[in-house]
Amino acid sequence: MYGKKVKLRFTFLALILASVILTVFLVLQSLKENVVYFQSPSEIKSLIELNKKKIRVGGMVKEQSVSINSDEVNFIITDFKNEINVVYSGSVPNLFAEGKGVVAEGFLKDKNYFTATKILAKHDENYMPPEVKEAIGDK
Amino acid sequence: MLANQIGYYSLILGLLLSVLLCGVSIKDFNKTNKQINQNILSLSFLQLVFVIVSFLSLIISFINSDFSNETVFNNSHTTKPLFYKISGTWGNHEGSLLLWLLVLTLFIFLFLIKSREQPKKYRILTLLFQQIIIIGFFLFVLMTSNPFNYLFPTPNEGLGLNPILQDPALAIHPPILYLGYVGTSIIFSSSLAAVTQNYILKQWGQHIKKWVLVSWIFLTIGIMLGSIWAYYELGWGGFWFWDPVENVSLMPWLTLTALLHCVVVLERRAALTSWVVILSITTFTLSMCGTFLVRSGILNSVHTFANDPARGIFILIFLFALIVLSLGIFFTFHKENNKSSNNFFWLSRETSILINNWFMMYFLSVVLIGTVYPIFLDVISSEKISVGPPFYQKLIVPFLIPFLLFMSLGPRLKWIKSKIENKNSLIITFIISVMLTFFIIKNLTADLLFYTVLISAAFFLFFTTLKELFIKKFNNISQTVSHFGLSLLILSILFNNILSSEIITNIKIGERYDYNKGEIFFKKIEERKESNFNSIIASFEIKNKNGKTIELKPEIRIYNQPIIITSEADIRTTLLEDKFLVMNLVKGNEYFNIRYQVKPFMVWIWISVLLLSLGGLMSLFKRKI
Repeated sequence: MYGKKVKLRFTFLALILASVILTVFLVLQSLKENVVYFQSPSEIKSLIELNKKKIRVGGMVKEQSVSINSDEVNFIITDFKNEINVVYSGSVPNLFAEGKGVVAEGFLKDKNYFTATKILAKHDENYMPPEVKEAIGDK
Repeated sequence: MLANQIGYYSLILGLLLSVLLCGVSIKDFNKTNKQINQNILSLSFLQLVFVIVSFLSLIISFINSDFSNETVFNNSHTTKPLFYKISGTWGNHEGSLLLWLLVLTLFIFLFLIKSREQPKKYRILTLLFQQIIIIGFFLFVLMTSNPFNYLFPTPNEGLGLNPILQDPALAIHPPILYLGYVGTSIIFSSSLAAVTQNYILKQWGQHIKKWVLVSWIFLTIGIMLGSIWAYYELGWGGFWFWDPVENVSLMPWLTLTALLHCVVVLERRAALTSWVVILSITTFTLSMCGTFLVRSGILNSVHTFANDPARGIFILIFLFALIVLSLGIFFTFHKENNKSSNNFFWLSRETSILINNWFMMYFLSVVLIGTVYPIFLDVISSEKISVGPPFYQKLIVPFLIPFLLFMSLGPRLKWIKSKIENKNSLIITFIISVMLTFFIIKNLTADLLFYTVLISAAFFLFFTTLKELFIKKFNNISQTVSHFGLSLLILSILFNNILSSEIITNIKIGERYDYNKGEIFFKKIEERKESNFNSIIASFEIKNKNGKTIELKPEIRIYNQPIIITSEADIRTTLLEDKFLVMNLVKGNEYFNIRYQVKPFMVWIWISVLLLSLGGLMSLFKRKI
């Protein structure tokens, strides 16, 4: 019915279409699994059910809250309305200090305890991640 | 003071010259003379001189610590070593844009010199399109980010440069990367000019290939320098973090690599013309997008110098204008030539290059979505998310398997129609690769099946290219070197990933820490004073299981201006592995937080990237046959 050339072109188009659909599907699927949400301590308090997924928590490190022993760092993240206890074992960035902004990545144990797997480094003393700024309400 | 004025007025003169150049070249366009008007060349040279003068005067202001200049005040300090005073010139927003401008004008001048045998109208149009970009950048610099803003009263001391930028690799990273980025602007302008003149032919392919190669080499090395810096300075011990800022430099690299392969098809067979033009436009757009995302403050990183919305909006509008212009030109003027060159058998060199392009486009879409989706979601729903490395690894790593296999076979195919030759030797190579991989992987605790397949594919490419390097059966040695480099890169990254080990602990001075493979002993700390920082140098003894001891001395630096604490990792590099130790300070605490890593084949990652670009360099200087 159709010429050889048309048929070939048709197969070619179909192949492209199929691979595009496959790509989109794969990307979306993987995105759904690997996205990390950012939440402030207040948002965590208002959660109805706990999520098992990895999240990021941001705010200020509460004054007088950091304690260190040989394998753990404990501290409290606050957004001046609510706070959350963080347990962390891993390397601490230099700019991590009491009274400074921080972003921790990890898992919630419950609404008051957070096990961090990573504390994100900042590059600059004055720089505050926009998420943190928003979370503590532009203080 | 004086330097300031000279720099500023040279910039304005440069802008005026741009306008003048446009006028002269439009006038010259319809004249019948064969060569372009000599004045155009002189004017372009003059413009370059003005931008150089402007750039030099900024450097002089930095060297003299002239704090009446706002840029110098914001980014420099009298106690900074001379080298970093100079590199501080482009270590900030205003200065780096001036550098963009410098490279833009330099490249168009070089283009005019190097394209004498090309058609006149094509050259003039390229110049015009390039001048549009140049005018855009002139306006951007003068209106939103003038590097010569005057401060009165003159402050006594500057604010200093962020210490993590005070580093040799980072001093040359921006210029090299910019040469790559801005090189794509020439490809963009000339492909638009070629489309309007219906000049997308073999000759054009040969001529533009040089520019593609130059940009590609610089971009590759620029990305590598950034990566090396991140490895030893940021203290994570990794070299690629899938950070948005890294991604935006990877995206133009992917399209540029695709373009590099397509241009070869164009040069030989005058096929894939539309695709070449689309790739040229995309590459430059992505370079501009990179600048926009990085500079506008949308992405958070050390590259974000200031969050000034006016700048972001300017680049965004400029970018949209360029995209609309280029697509308009493409659709109005482009005619697909329906010659026989578009017909090729399914098993041919053309197909293999198309397959390469498909993979590049796939990798590009993964990186693009991962980078842009969080921004997009933030805008529409104000939900804050981040996309981590697992996303990219999951979507890219499995696809490396077919990619590597095609890459081993593709270059062996002939143009138009081909069959696979030497099947037996290929099969033998493949079996050797699989067996070798199996014996290596068997002893490791990694996902056996997946890694065996993946590493076999990488070894397959490794051996096939290695064989070709020695036999030289194909005279295309530059390509073989690059492909060999890539196989080495992937192998080193994979083994580096599988075999790396790390220990993180908090430790006091004089303490010992035992782990299953040895012992870390925190011997002592020393303090030292430098002109712009105080440092604490620790010394650690690390004992292997077999009693071998090495001493590593990581450092913590407390910079005085601005007050920032940085960690300097101590790295012991050998051909087989890197030993990496970094220490962090926890304020007001006697514990030091340390991270000790053993990273096999680290140095091979850098070597293989150099090989990759060496291939490009060889192709650039290859004599025409």
